[in-house]
Amino acid sequence: MAAIELTQVSKTYAGDVKAVREATLSFKDGEFIVLVGPSGCGKSTLLRMVAGLETITGGTVSIGGRVVNDLPPKDRDVAMVFQNYALYPHMTVRRNMAFGLLRRRTHGGLAGILFHGAERRAELEAIDRKVLDTARTLGIEGLLERLPRALSGGQRQRVALGRALVRDPQVFLFDEPLSNLDARLRIEMRAEIRELHRRTKASMVYVTHDQEEAMTLADRMVVMKFGVVQQFGTPAECYGRPANRFVAGFVGTPVMNFVDGRVEGGTFISADLRLPLATARWPHMPSGAATLGVRPDQLRVEPGAATGDAVPAVIRAVERLGDRTDVVLAVGNTRLTARVENDERLAEGGPAGVRIALEAAHLFAPGEDGVRLPDALDGR
Amino acid sequence: MTTRTVAGKAFVYLLLAAGTVVFLFPLWWMVAVSLKTADAAQAATVQGGIVGLMPTDPQWNNYADALSHMGANNAGESGRGFRDALANSVVISVLVTLGTVLSSSLVGMAFARMRFRGSRGMFMLMLGTMMLPAQVTMIPLFLLFRNLGWVDTMLPLVVPAFFGSAYFIFMYRQFIAQVPEALLEAARLDGQGWFGIWWHVILPLTRPVTAITAVFTFIGCWNDFLSPLIYLQSDDQATLSVALNSFRNQFGGINKVNLLMAASITTMIPCVLLFLAAQKQFIEGLGKGAVKG
Repeated sequence: MAAIELTQVSKTYAGDVKAVREATLSFKDGEFIVLVGPSGCGKSTLLRMVAGLETITGGTVSIGGRVVNDLPPKDRDVAMVFQNYALYPHMTVRRNMAFGLLRRRTHGGLAGILFHGAERRAELEAIDRKVLDTARTLGIEGLLERLPRALSGGQRQRVALGRALVRDPQVFLFDEPLSNLDARLRIEMRAEIRELHRRTKASMVYVTHDQEEAMTLADRMVVMKFGVVQQFGTPAECYGRPANRFVAGFVGTPVMNFVDGRVEGGTFISADLRLPLATARWPHMPSGAATLGVRPDQLRVEPGAATGDAVPAVIRAVERLGDRTDVVLAVGNTRLTARVENDERLAEGGPAGVRIALEAAHLFAPGEDGVRLPDALDGR
Repeated sequence: MTTRTVAGKAFVYLLLAAGTVVFLFPLWWMVAVSLKTADAAQAATVQGGIVGLMPTDPQWNNYADALSHMGANNAGESGRGFRDALANSVVISVLVTLGTVLSSSLVGMAFARMRFRGSRGMFMLMLGTMMLPAQVTMIPLFLLFRNLGWVDTMLPLVVPAFFGSAYFIFMYRQFIAQVPEALLEAARLDGQGWFGIWWHVILPLTRPVTAITAVFTFIGCWNDFLSPLIYLQSDDQATLSVALNSFRNQFGGINKVNLLMAASITTMIPCVLLFLAAQKQFIEGLGKGAVKG
């Protein structure tokens, strides 16, 4: 178990390609950190720099208070679970799990065979016991003599987990380990990983492009885009208090609704909407160009003609998901997605009235990555 | 099945059968002649033509006779020459095969997986050496080994094998490039350096290429005549190919052709056995693209 400190860490490839730009992050001992972002955002590169599989162009990486920039992977006391498992295809499960431990023996090699027979045997027995215990923990003790090609995807992933677990590292690193599994198995393995973290209390850094996975696993998450850390906070913070429009749009399903417009005299005005903003929410009311962001679950949809101060809309699509319904609405040329309770009256092409819970909305500066404008909830 | 399909298949089988006959005829001729008497063998050689499927009175003792007469230096001991030549061939072929496999796989891994300045240029240079005919390098190499004092020893035949063979380095490189990088990274995290990765991960995974390399190298070395002729000047250093040539000279022109054929077939046997032992891996390697880019 160890804390990880990343100080101004950057990675530049040949051709001046900046994969990671001056990332400064501090992960506490025993924390489950998730690096999340779209493909090419630098999350895997950052993980690999912690592992020692990529050189560090700038900055320092510390594990357990020790700067590890120049340490090879084997000396960093980390274990990694790869996306495609990376099990040695020619070795049995037992040997796959024991391989790293065999390398660390004191009495290995020819010298061990010739001069330290008893100690060597004792070491091998200890390794075997450890492998067996770990296999039992993961429920794979019956697979120890199989080759990886005789295992299912889920079994291989357990073996890959076991290979990492058996080494008792300071830090576990996961590089999209569940992305090759089907949805059901992914949920199952997610729970197992969470249980593993709870049991071992080890520091874990997990990379995924799936924001839902990030939200369910992380103690804290790092949202990245184009090599830059956009936000580092708890899932609740990233969801409820997104740092900018990118984070707001990336975290949460369905995607947040964004409407470009401007704020004038305490009212948000766009081509199709005119919404009075509560001063309680924005005591320092902004003025000028802004983007309104509203989560789909903050919209209420009333089938039929709009009444009262509901915004008139037309239902463009209805997606019934069993326990809830996603409705795509058109307010003039503005598209809004709402997540509502099941209602049989919702019909494609029909009219509807939309009520927007502005007290839960956000305002962002204009632009793709516009920062969230401060509101009354900041600083609480 | 349509008539066209039947005719097509028949044509293909006919072609294959004809090809088989063409390839097998020399071997069958050798076997048939090796079991004839000296006069019958000489007659078959002089007159040519089909010698008949098999001799009616096969002379199996021809094999024992041939081996007992083989080798210029019998030291008064029947079969001594053959045994010496066989031992020399085995030692040289095994060492060369071992050296080629170990060095070519190591260098192939370096070209496939290690990033270092000038790797691309060095790789091209190495490929360029494949264009050099052996005849061009023969004299400079002889002068080199003579200056080293290695002439009349096995060293000129064996040592170069431990520096890799361009063709097999290329094959290993192409095959190893297909091994997932994550496997090597996992090995690095497990504490392996480059040699450990090569020994524990790369070599086991490149078994098909190793089979191809081993078979081709062994057969090439076993049948090599020129290099042993140039560098192994003592009689007791001769390999089977040189001893076979001496045998042919010893008995002159077309005399004892039956014994010559018997000796030739005997020298072929290890290569056939090796191929049979490694053919599964060999064919797997060819099928998996061990020789394609």
